[in-house]
Order: sequence, then structure tokens, then C-alpha cells
Amino acid sequence: MIRLDGVEKTYRTRRGDLVRAVEDVTLHVEENEFVTLVGPSGCGKSTLLRLVAGLTPATRGAIRVRDTAVSEPFTDVGFVFQQPVLLPWRSVLDNVLFSVEMLGLEPRQYRKQAGDLLELTGLGGFETKYPRELSGGMQQRVAICRALLPDPSLLLMDEPFGALDAMTREEMSLELLRVWEERRKTILFVTHSIPEAILLADRVVVMTARPGRIARILEVGLPRPRTIESEFDPRFKAASDEVRSLIFARRAAAR
Amino acid sequence: MIRRRIVGDYLVPAATLVGVLVAWEAATHVFRIPRFVMPAPSAILAEGWDWRYRFLGHAWVTLYETLGGFALSIVVGVPLAVLIVYSPTLKNALYPLIVLAQSVPKIAIAPVLLLMLGHGEIPKVIVAFLVAFFPVVVDTATGLAATPPELLDLSRSYRASAFKTFLKVRLPMAMPFFFAGAKVAITLSVIGAVVGEFVGSDKGLGYVILSATSYWKTELAFSSMILLSVMAIVLFGAVALVERLVCPWLAPAGEE
Repeated sequence: MIRLDGVEKTYRTRRGDLVRAVEDVTLHVEENEFVTLVGPSGCGKSTLLRLVAGLTPATRGAIRVRDTAVSEPFTDVGFVFQQPVLLPWRSVLDNVLFSVEMLGLEPRQYRKQAGDLLELTGLGGFETKYPRELSGGMQQRVAICRALLPDPSLLLMDEPFGALDAMTREEMSLELLRVWEERRKTILFVTHSIPEAILLADRVVVMTARPGRIARILEVGLPRPRTIESEFDPRFKAASDEVRSLIFARRAAAR
Repeated sequence: MIRRRIVGDYLVPAATLVGVLVAWEAATHVFRIPRFVMPAPSAILAEGWDWRYRFLGHAWVTLYETLGGFALSIVVGVPLAVLIVYSPTLKNALYPLIVLAQSVPKIAIAPVLLLMLGHGEIPKVIVAFLVAFFPVVVDTATGLAATPPELLDLSRSYRASAFKTFLKVRLPMAMPFFFAGAKVAITLSVIGAVVGEFVGSDKGLGYVILSATSYWKTELAFSSMILLSVMAIVLFGAVALVERLVCPWLAPAGEE
């Protein structure tokens, strides 16, 4: 579904310096595949998501989504960021409806679906609350509902659980998997957390720092549906050891 | 709990105020302070009461000038803020002018303006506007620029137009900032109107204060000042009330 071929992105900073964010990235993602990108800070993971979404043009290489070259934003995509970035003046329900509204659709026709999504993510009964009355984890659930409401086939998630505490984080990962089992989508998911990357993904893309390159792509052989027990599987430990050694070996070599 | 709040929030400040007034009244009698140096509160009150009908006309003029200047500061200030935020070129062109207009002392401009525009209320409205518009521009521009970049990316990924993004995201996001500026602006425009009246006028509370002091009628000057303060407080309260109505999500938690 997504094909990145030899993609490079170079930025010019305000001081005029050239910074190469990602270099020679080739990655093919299948329909309904869950792919996580893991790597140290500043390895261009977020840039990669923005490139796929068409929010910023690639300096070199080709990006195709569903056989169409990406040159500008396209609407079949949902975005979730590290911060929930909800609209503080809107109720929870109206925040979920924001996505269809910005797409130019009639929000009234989506009220029921929005309510169902909130129910599915355990936010039933919170429709009329303001975002600040919700915990961080609940706000991020609202942001996920907002992204899911127009039912995009591609979901781009940029460290969506990065600002949450460890316990909420694990809970949210399992919840995301449950939602994904119910509504299959192609997901590109950026994270700093190695266990999170392995628990969620079909394939883990390990990246190196500055400029971001793909060090290796790992198949995660764990059976689905996954649960908290998946983490006790010997294959989980093997995968996480491999990712860790890839990231830290590169770091040591760089020094 | 509630009783303690009433005592703390209302009774303590009220008692302090009454205490100050009583001490003031007593001091003027005990030390035989001449009334033109420091009149007693009772004398100020009596003089104000005598002037109640004449005050109405003068207060109306000052209120009209103040509201005119405030309205103008919003009508001019908000679009200026939008231009500054959306166009870097216009920002570079306009910002120095705005800062220059702000740094010229308004009391110095007032006589020149009156010279150019003649007498009447319009020059006072302009002075009030000049004093008040700066916080409106700066705060609104800050608010418009405060939208998280992720939200702008999100709007762009949904292919929403720039105008739609402005209306549904940036403008509401700037509202609390705008009101912070507007609350400063309303109190500043009272000052602007009075400054305009000081320079040359035959109406308004500023004029009353100026002519009262030149006739050594200190009681009258004091009662005008009190009236002006009350006016400024009521206007500030009105803006704060509009803010609560427009931005209900800002109410402290548990108050709905």
C-alpha cells in the first residue's frame, strides 16, 4: 500500500545550514499491516510520517500510496500525535467530529458513529465533557477516535503514547490492538519504546540516528491477537534483544 | 466552609475600606486639614450628590469617548494582528510602525491631534484608541501564533482551506489571548479619553477634574475621580463577563 523508494529529506535550518533528516529509505508496507518505526531521537521518524502524509515534499526518491505518487496531502489518512492537540473549546464529541468537519463532510451524519467510537474506547458518557476535564490517556483516546471517525485506510501515529505514564501506556497499546483487530487499517507507528514497537507490530523498522537510515527490518513472529502474555514469549525477548543491540551497537560505533 | 469564604472574600475587604474611610474622616477633623488640600469623605460624597444631574451628562461624554476608542482599537487591532501573523512581509512592514506608535507618549500626541482634528469628541476617541490598541494587536497576534503546529498539520492533511482553519482553529485558539488584551485595552481607553479631555475640552469627567482643581474645588475633583474609577471597574467587569460567555471552557473546573 505504501512504497518508499530511496527517499531522502534535507532541511534548510533558519541559519541556512543543510540538515539531512532521512537518507535512502526504502520501505514497502502492505495493506492492513502494522509497522512500527523505532530508533533514537532525531532519527527522522516523524519526518518520515510527514513525508508519507504529503505534508512535506521529499528531496529525493519516490513515495507512492496505493500506486499514486504523493505530492500533496490526501484525505484517506488519520494522524495521531504525541500530544492529543484537542480543541479546548469543544466537547469530547465535537472534538471527535472535528475530522469529518475539516474534511467538508456533514458532522451531524457522523454523530452516532462518533458515539460508537467513544464507546469502543471506553469513553462512553464523556461526550459533553471538555478535554481539560479528562486525564492524559483519555484525551489521547479522543484524539484516536478523531483520527478513526472518517474511517481512513491509513493511520499515521507519531509517538502517540509517548507522553503517558508507563501503566497507561501499556493499557493503551493493548486497546489500540483491540480496535485494530476490529477495524483493520494500515498503521505506521513511531515510538521510542522497544517493547511497545514489538508488541504492536507485524514488522519493526529499526532506524539509526542522523541522518535517519533503516538499519534493519524485523519480522515479529508473535501470534495474534496479542495480549500482555505475549511479552513473556521467548520470541518477544529475542526480538527486543535484537532491536536493542542494533540501536546500541550503532551508538557505540558512532562514539 | 461557605461562611468562611464570605468572611474572607467580602467582609474583610469591606471592613478595611470602611476603616480607611473612618480614619480619613477623623483625620481631616482632628488635624483641621483645609478642605482644598484633603476634603473629608463626607464632603466628597455631599458634593457628588449635589452634582448628580450634571455628572450624568459629563459621564456620558467620557463613556462615549472611551467606548468609541475601545471599539476602534478592536476593529483596527484584530485585523492588524491577523495580517501580522499571516504575512511575514507585512509583519516586517507593520511591526516597527506599531511599536513606534506605541512608544510615542500619548499625552504628547494629544495636543497635536486636537490641533489637527479640532474640538469635540472625535479627537478624544482617537487618543483613547491610540492608547488602547497596542495590547489588542500584540495579544491577539500572540494568540493566533499559539496554535500547535500539529493542529495545522492535521487541518492540512484533511485538505481544509486556510480560511476554514482560521475560523475553526486559529481564531478560537486566540480568543483567551484576545480577551487578555481587551481587558487591558478597556482600562487604557478610559485613561486615553481623560487625557484627551485634559488637553482641551468643555465636557467630560476629565474636564470636570481639571476645572474643579483650578477653582480649588477639591471635593468635586475627588468625586469625579471616584466616578471615573467606578466606570472603569464596571467596563472591565463587562469585558470579563463577555469573555466568560464567549469562552465558557475557561471557567475554573467544577464551576459549571
